[in-house]
Amino acid sequence: MATVIEGKGGFRAWLNKRMPVDQFVADQLTGYYAPKNFNVWYFFGSLALLVFVMQIVTGIFVTMHFKPGEATAWNSVQVMVREVPYMWLIQPMHAVGASFFFVVVYLHMARAMLYGSYKAPRELLWIIGMLIYLALMAEAFMGYVLPNGNMSYWGAQVIINLFGTIPGIGPDLVEWIRGDYGIGDATLNRFFSLHVIALPFIIALLVMLHLVALRQVGSNNPDGIEIKEKLGKDGLPIDGVPFHPYYTVKDIVGVGLFLTLFAVVVFFAPTFGGLFMEPPNFEPANPVSTPDHIAPVWYFTPYYAILRAVPDQKIGALLMAASVVAFLFLPWLDRAKNKSIRYRGAASKILLGTFFITFVVLMWLGLKPADGIYVLLARIFTTLYFLFFILLPFVSKADGNGPVPDRVTYHAH
Amino acid sequence: MRTSTYGIVALLAFAGTAFAAEGNNAGWERPAENQIANLPSLQRGARNFMAYCSGCHSLKFVRYSRLAEDLKISDELRDQLLVKPGAKFTDYIVSSMPEKDATEWFGKAPPDLSLTARSRSPDWIFNFLTTFYADPASRQTGVNNLQLPGTAMPHVLSSLQGVPRLKAVSHESAAAGADRAGAEPAGESGHSNSPFEPGAQGSLTPEQYDNFVRDTVNFLQYASDPTQLERQSLGVWVVLFLLMFTGIAFLLKKEYWKDVR
Repeated sequence: MATVIEGKGGFRAWLNKRMPVDQFVADQLTGYYAPKNFNVWYFFGSLALLVFVMQIVTGIFVTMHFKPGEATAWNSVQVMVREVPYMWLIQPMHAVGASFFFVVVYLHMARAMLYGSYKAPRELLWIIGMLIYLALMAEAFMGYVLPNGNMSYWGAQVIINLFGTIPGIGPDLVEWIRGDYGIGDATLNRFFSLHVIALPFIIALLVMLHLVALRQVGSNNPDGIEIKEKLGKDGLPIDGVPFHPYYTVKDIVGVGLFLTLFAVVVFFAPTFGGLFMEPPNFEPANPVSTPDHIAPVWYFTPYYAILRAVPDQKIGALLMAASVVAFLFLPWLDRAKNKSIRYRGAASKILLGTFFITFVVLMWLGLKPADGIYVLLARIFTTLYFLFFILLPFVSKADGNGPVPDRVTYHAH
Repeated sequence: MRTSTYGIVALLAFAGTAFAAEGNNAGWERPAENQIANLPSLQRGARNFMAYCSGCHSLKFVRYSRLAEDLKISDELRDQLLVKPGAKFTDYIVSSMPEKDATEWFGKAPPDLSLTARSRSPDWIFNFLTTFYADPASRQTGVNNLQLPGTAMPHVLSSLQGVPRLKAVSHESAAAGADRAGAEPAGESGHSNSPFEPGAQGSLTPEQYDNFVRDTVNFLQYASDPTQLERQSLGVWVVLFLLMFTGIAFLLKKEYWKDVR
């Protein structure tokens, strides 16, 4: 922990006597040492925070003009984007932002899996991250239901009915969630409350805990070597650099690249070919007209594909829940000595590569109708999905113990 | 570029390939080929809509005033040609037909068309309006449609297009939406691959009729997302700014990192 010069007088000294501003900056930014060998995969943490803030800010404006409820929701979205100045930009930013949030979060998770960032001493960091992911899924789902388009309606119908498969309490639970016998005014109003107040607070709290835990254990890096074990004469990690200014200036480059891509989508392809905004959602909810085929938004489709791969709905729902929860156990399923994929054998590389491909293929299958070849493929890839978690303990134990370098790999530019 | 960069690019490219849209063309389907930046086309489309569609269909999220402003139609022309009798120029464009009567007459109220270009697509509307054909089996309207078989909508534009007949060969398969007509030799009417042969004549040639529909579709695409042109022209500047910003940020990063060994 760096010592802070409190300043001789003036406002800064006055402030620091009353609130540890300089101490905070020193602890969290200038005195926090991060490994110097981060690569592009390490952009996605700060980008996730950026998207979160962006969703809050755009959400504030959307909330000003949105009227929750069965009779008013859909119309109010149309009116705001057409008649309120600049809402034609802010509302799509919020909708597209949801998809980008998941792009960033999935890549952030993939990074952790590549470099073993969930392994000791970062198990809790990973678990808090997974809780953020779960809260984010609930937040995104409710946000998707709120405008009460036809896909919102039927998507909500499918997802909420999943809770009905829980033995015993299922049907009552579904009714309790909806507050009605169908998706109605009560459902939309409570989802509004949860989407705008409860879940953002929960996510903000979890993000804070995620950062606190990160500061405690320090960042992992692509080599999976602990920089705290190689200290210089000054007691600071030889292979670390202060987060500020080094990673603040670097993350700004990531922010620039990210915002460029984001702007291209928001301004030129906000529906992203029907993937970020689905065509049936440009029709109001209609309980007597089912869309041609119901599919959730792309970020839920891997799990949806797993659900539909099983003929029995109860077992399908159970597998779907298992497929999400399985991530929580990664720190203990992975029994390798080395963290990073760089210092593991070919079997580990193939296993993880196959898992990434499986995830994307399931994502694609979840958007397809559940018939013919797609069902067969969904079953094959569902098996591969779970095979990853089953094989990981054995493969990681067998080929994750090779020699690792003494220092991190870094080529000065 | 390092391996990690390739890793992300490969993962995203793979996802992109998996999601690339697949063609699902039933042979008779044609792209609308409307140009959203073509102002005269949009103006003609607005005229067509008001003359032929607005009796039954509303555009309940579009105001006459906004429409005239966006399409650069003067206040005089707006009040003379667009605004319906009894409506104010600031009103939303609503159909003249009471919903109750409409349901009685057609079995289903004609849908609002504000967002049809987004919920279906411009191509879908273009194909819907160009594939009406005579079908004696349809007692209500005497016509049927390839894009939306069994549609309740009569062929409102028959005075312009006439009423084509389906070619005998492709009748059943095409009506079933099957992928057959594409293999047919070029027809006499309109375009090649046409599953139609001329029936009752209308006042427009096939080309003129296609253009009429194209303008109307163009207008509906505008109505579904009135700010799209503004959005795109602003978008160019935003993206250019962000690229410049990223470039400067990169130089700044390089400057700071040059002493990290």
